[in-house]
Amino acid sequence: MSFINNLKYIFIVLIAFTMMLSAQTPEEKGLEIAIEADKRDLGFGDSSSELTMILRNKQGDESKRKISNKTLEVKDDGDKSLVIFNEPRDVKGTAFLSFTHKSGPDDQWLYLPALKRVKRIASDNKSGPFMGSEFAYEDISSQEVEKYTYKYLKDETVDGIDCFVMERYPVDENSGYTRQIVWIDKAEYRPMKVDFYDRKNSMLKTLTYHEYKQYMDKYWRADKLSMINHQTGKSTDLLFADYKFANGFSDSDFNQNSLKRAR
Amino acid sequence: MKNILGAFILLVVLLSTKTYSQELSGFAQFQLRYFPLGPLDDRQEGTGFSLAIQPEFYYDFGGSPHSLLFTFFARYDQHDKERTHYDIRELFWLYYSDNWEISVGFRKIFWGVTESQHLVDVINQTDFVENFNGEQKLGQPMINFIYIHDWGTLELFLLTGFRERTFPGEKGRFRFPILIDTENPIYESSSEYKHIDFAFRYVNYIGPFDFAISHFVGTSRAPRFTPIDSAGIEPYIQLNYDLMNQTGLEGQLTLGSWLWKFEGITRHTIGKRFYALTAGFEYTFSNISNTGLDVGVLGEWLYDDRDQFFFPPNPFKNHVFVGSRLAFNDVQSTEILAGVLVDYRGAGIYPSIEASRRVGESFIVNLEAIAFYNTEEGDLLHFFRRDNYLQLEINWYY
Repeated sequence: MSFINNLKYIFIVLIAFTMMLSAQTPEEKGLEIAIEADKRDLGFGDSSSELTMILRNKQGDESKRKISNKTLEVKDDGDKSLVIFNEPRDVKGTAFLSFTHKSGPDDQWLYLPALKRVKRIASDNKSGPFMGSEFAYEDISSQEVEKYTYKYLKDETVDGIDCFVMERYPVDENSGYTRQIVWIDKAEYRPMKVDFYDRKNSMLKTLTYHEYKQYMDKYWRADKLSMINHQTGKSTDLLFADYKFANGFSDSDFNQNSLKRAR
Repeated sequence: MKNILGAFILLVVLLSTKTYSQELSGFAQFQLRYFPLGPLDDRQEGTGFSLAIQPEFYYDFGGSPHSLLFTFFARYDQHDKERTHYDIRELFWLYYSDNWEISVGFRKIFWGVTESQHLVDVINQTDFVENFNGEQKLGQPMINFIYIHDWGTLELFLLTGFRERTFPGEKGRFRFPILIDTENPIYESSSEYKHIDFAFRYVNYIGPFDFAISHFVGTSRAPRFTPIDSAGIEPYIQLNYDLMNQTGLEGQLTLGSWLWKFEGITRHTIGKRFYALTAGFEYTFSNISNTGLDVGVLGEWLYDDRDQFFFPPNPFKNHVFVGSRLAFNDVQSTEILAGVLVDYRGAGIYPSIEASRRVGESFIVNLEAIAFYNTEEGDLLHFFRRDNYLQLEINWYY
């Protein structure tokens, strides 16, 4: 029993310990990527945009929706958003107010202009289609880190862009998905592509992001999102225009009175 | 002079191109009503068509918090002269700030949470000729002030003038066998239709619970019906618009797929008080088998302790409403609401169905049917027992 032996022992323990610290599990790495992606979008404050939805059926017949969109970032919680429907003309003036929360159900109100009625609506219908499109409510609501658990899979190149590939699992039992596979670009941490797997774990939809633009030298927004439903052959494109940041929105632009005034 | 004119033209051009934004929208409607049963009174017509328009003009002073809204409504009915009518649904100026809002003019205000009837909703007069269900309202002149704070929203209403309820005429359906004299209503207030009514409502929500308390002081929108039968003239019904004090309470609890709803009122009028409530739930099975279909199940209890012959009558004194709402969430936004109102102690079964679907990009087709079964003498709706109908509407939106 010598001093050297003791030292050797301590040394081995130390090395093992540091290895344990640095060797991330795939879950840890997945979470780390999600947190970094979230962090890069922090501090945008508010934004507004005009959205056109193109709905296509299997035969290729098209139908159009037009929506105005306002978002307010809320510190330490999910975003507040106000969605105003402009087309089809029969739903013009219908507006939707949503307070998303990192945990627990979101608060949602719908304004029906024909009756001048504000209705609080149940927010647990995550998996249903948004306006008859291939986007479910959960696909278009604010993406919070806490809404999934994660697992890093591999690195892969998509259209010449180096990406992390990870799997994420919805925490909410009302989600329509068992899992999603997400491609996130290594340079800017932007989602490039998402594969959705339904509750039976078969491939349901693929979402791709196109034409990213940077705003305020920091925040990336895609001008076009394409969702293809592999099971029905239907697809929906979301075309964003007129992205504006720093509109000076506050809480008072996101309440039941601004919902009634919205147009 | 030239300079002033030039400046004026420049100003007009600037206002019209940049500062002002204006919008015209609305709909035009073709409506067909089919009455399978012959009327109670030979003078009443049956099946017929009508046409309606509802243009809406909106002016926004270039992103400033001022705006003007004008909604006009007009209907032509093939048979009923009283149903051929027009109305200013809305014509108001609105200004808003961070925590307050003011509007002046004709407006439509909705209060309440339940589906089968709207007890607390007393600001606007019902445009009864439009639909038997009472959902269509006349524009109400008012000054409306809203104050928004952390502790909730306070809404104050100064209602500057009374609008009389519309009733079907001689040839129309949904009327009593004897005619209503709509020309000479009797008001309790000596200032008659010029009486200024006052109302306030406090609205707030705490987590999943939305609630409101309201109070109204003024002339009741619902009249009393007084039959007049004097020698030498045809009997008729006189309308009495009395003063009333009504306090209303509304609440909704939103828990998962459940909506729990409550509306209650207490009203004091012509020296007496009564209570009424609607309470119930709506549960939604959403996105069934991933088809996008939502099926809602609704149940509501309607209770009213008023003396039907003393107060303005409400046919739903002890009824249950059960129904189902189907939303297909398809590209055509197909929806169906079917239900039945049942007097579970007495007689009276009233099934109804409403369905709508978009055709193309700008047409909506509506189907609506209501039936009155098993009514009995003494029921208000007994007078409508021959008025079962099926209605088709084609609406063009622009």
